[in-house]
Amino acid sequence: MSTPVTESAHNLSSQLRALADHADQLTQQLTDALAQQAASGQQPFFITGLTIFVLACFVGYYVVWRVTPALHSPLMAVTNAISSVIIVGALVAAGPDHFGFSSFMGVLAVLLAAVNIFGGFIVTQRMLAMYKKKAK
Amino acid sequence: MIPTFAAIAYLISAVCFIMALRGLSSPETARQGNFFGIGGMLLAVLTTLLLPGMHTYLPLLIAIAIGGSIGTYIALKIQMTALPQLVAGFHSLVGLAAVLVAISAFTAPDVYQIGELGHIHAGSLIEMALGVAIGAITFTGSIVAFAKLQGLVSGKPLVFKGQHVLNAGLGVAIVLLIVLLCASQSAAAFWLIILLSLALGFLLILPIGGADMPVVVSMLNSYSGWAACGIGFTLQNPLLIITGALVGSSGAILSYIMCKGMNRSIWNVILGGFGGDSNAAAAAGVVGDRTVKTGSAEDAAYIMKNASSVIIVPGYGMAVAQAQHSLREMADLLKKEGVTVRYAIHPVAGRMPGHMNVLLAEANVPYDEVFELDEINRDFGQADVAFVIGANDVTNPAAKSDPQSPIFGMPILDVEKAKTVLFVKRSMASGYAGVENELFFRSNTMMLFGDAKKMCEDICKSMD
Repeated sequence: MSTPVTESAHNLSSQLRALADHADQLTQQLTDALAQQAASGQQPFFITGLTIFVLACFVGYYVVWRVTPALHSPLMAVTNAISSVIIVGALVAAGPDHFGFSSFMGVLAVLLAAVNIFGGFIVTQRMLAMYKKKAK
Repeated sequence: MIPTFAAIAYLISAVCFIMALRGLSSPETARQGNFFGIGGMLLAVLTTLLLPGMHTYLPLLIAIAIGGSIGTYIALKIQMTALPQLVAGFHSLVGLAAVLVAISAFTAPDVYQIGELGHIHAGSLIEMALGVAIGAITFTGSIVAFAKLQGLVSGKPLVFKGQHVLNAGLGVAIVLLIVLLCASQSAAAFWLIILLSLALGFLLILPIGGADMPVVVSMLNSYSGWAACGIGFTLQNPLLIITGALVGSSGAILSYIMCKGMNRSIWNVILGGFGGDSNAAAAAGVVGDRTVKTGSAEDAAYIMKNASSVIIVPGYGMAVAQAQHSLREMADLLKKEGVTVRYAIHPVAGRMPGHMNVLLAEANVPYDEVFELDEINRDFGQADVAFVIGANDVTNPAAKSDPQSPIFGMPILDVEKAKTVLFVKRSMASGYAGVENELFFRSNTMMLFGDAKKMCEDICKSMD
């Protein structure tokens, strides 16, 4: 009596496994298609990038106009420091395990950006530390 | 593609950078803002190191350690008067870093998933070429600006015939090469773009005179942002795009403010030729037949001690003479006598935006005694003494009355409305614009000839 039950359970489980495999394949195909779509230009990154860019320009515009003129020098120093966020690109360039010309360029860029990041933030800090209110 | 965790971390960094700029709206929140900036940068770097494609760490950490120590050393050693050339030098590094990253993306596009060697997506190529061109212009342009500010080359504008035609030709050639690059994937075109852009950056800044350096430094600040933006588009990295746009618009706004402070259009500045001292000799000749009233440190001390309100107008000459500390001592003595002392800052008083404010802050002048042109200009009418030290053109009433004057239309500080105007100057030589200042000959003006620092010290002595 127990044999047919185990047999049918076995059947069911193998069917389930097949279904799961099938679903796996399907999702794999779907993600591949989506990735291809993204790469081949259905919704190219350029449009997303442009949206981000334009909105960031507006944010920059309004935030910078609110900076008090007395702090325009620290503003330049700190924007100089944060523009060195280009180090992110440089790190990726230098990251792969095979070391060649392009990763060498990357390491060099990391070094330059690091000078800027440390230098920019520290000089900003030095400037800001000097601004004092009237002692009363 | 950027993994989700990294995308979210990058977004947080971007917000931190916005907060860093937001903090600068007041000196009270500024330090906190700077920490936001540092936090954002730390997060961005750590996140990038954790990306799945990263396998090499040692060379990177060494590079960061070396670069970081150099940066720290420079930032701690630099004199505040040398701030403009420091910033110009740092801009050149951002420009060069952008060029290097673009070269690396061009020679190993698979690392960034933007195609394969020789088959890079056209869109990525355009963005890459723009990023590399702006980066290269920023690099050489900043080097020239640095050399001019540091005094390595003459601050005089270097103008030669056919300059504008040459620059325009270079610009057109770069655009054509970008088109060629997209059509052919030619490596030669890519390297040529870099070379021509390097040359263009050099030629663009060369003709700009020393007096226009505040605009140039702001403009290069803006360029370094746009270069980062171009690279961000190439690498499809939103953080780079956002930060680049923030920096780019910040630099553009500062350039605009500086241009307005001199009443000149940005084109007028870029096309150059202003700020030489060719007219200085001609102006000096006029002085001969007119008399000015001169005074000594004792006279100045007496006048100011008996005033109830003094407005100090510092210019770049004060910074050159390193007089800010003695000036503040003089102001302290006056305050002890019960005199109200305030400082009036013209937008282009220093060599970069806000430079004079930093120099005064360094000399321990409280920032709430320092006022911008718009805030204080109306108060000169009620002031007993305007003490002009190392400034000239920014007080010249010809900017309001004489349409023939090269500085006509420039906003000026109305020092002539004060009861007495004291001018501390080394000689009768005219300022950067090479214009005679009518104020020197007025009856309520007293000229104090001498070195700015020594004059302040002498006034201090006379007040005891």
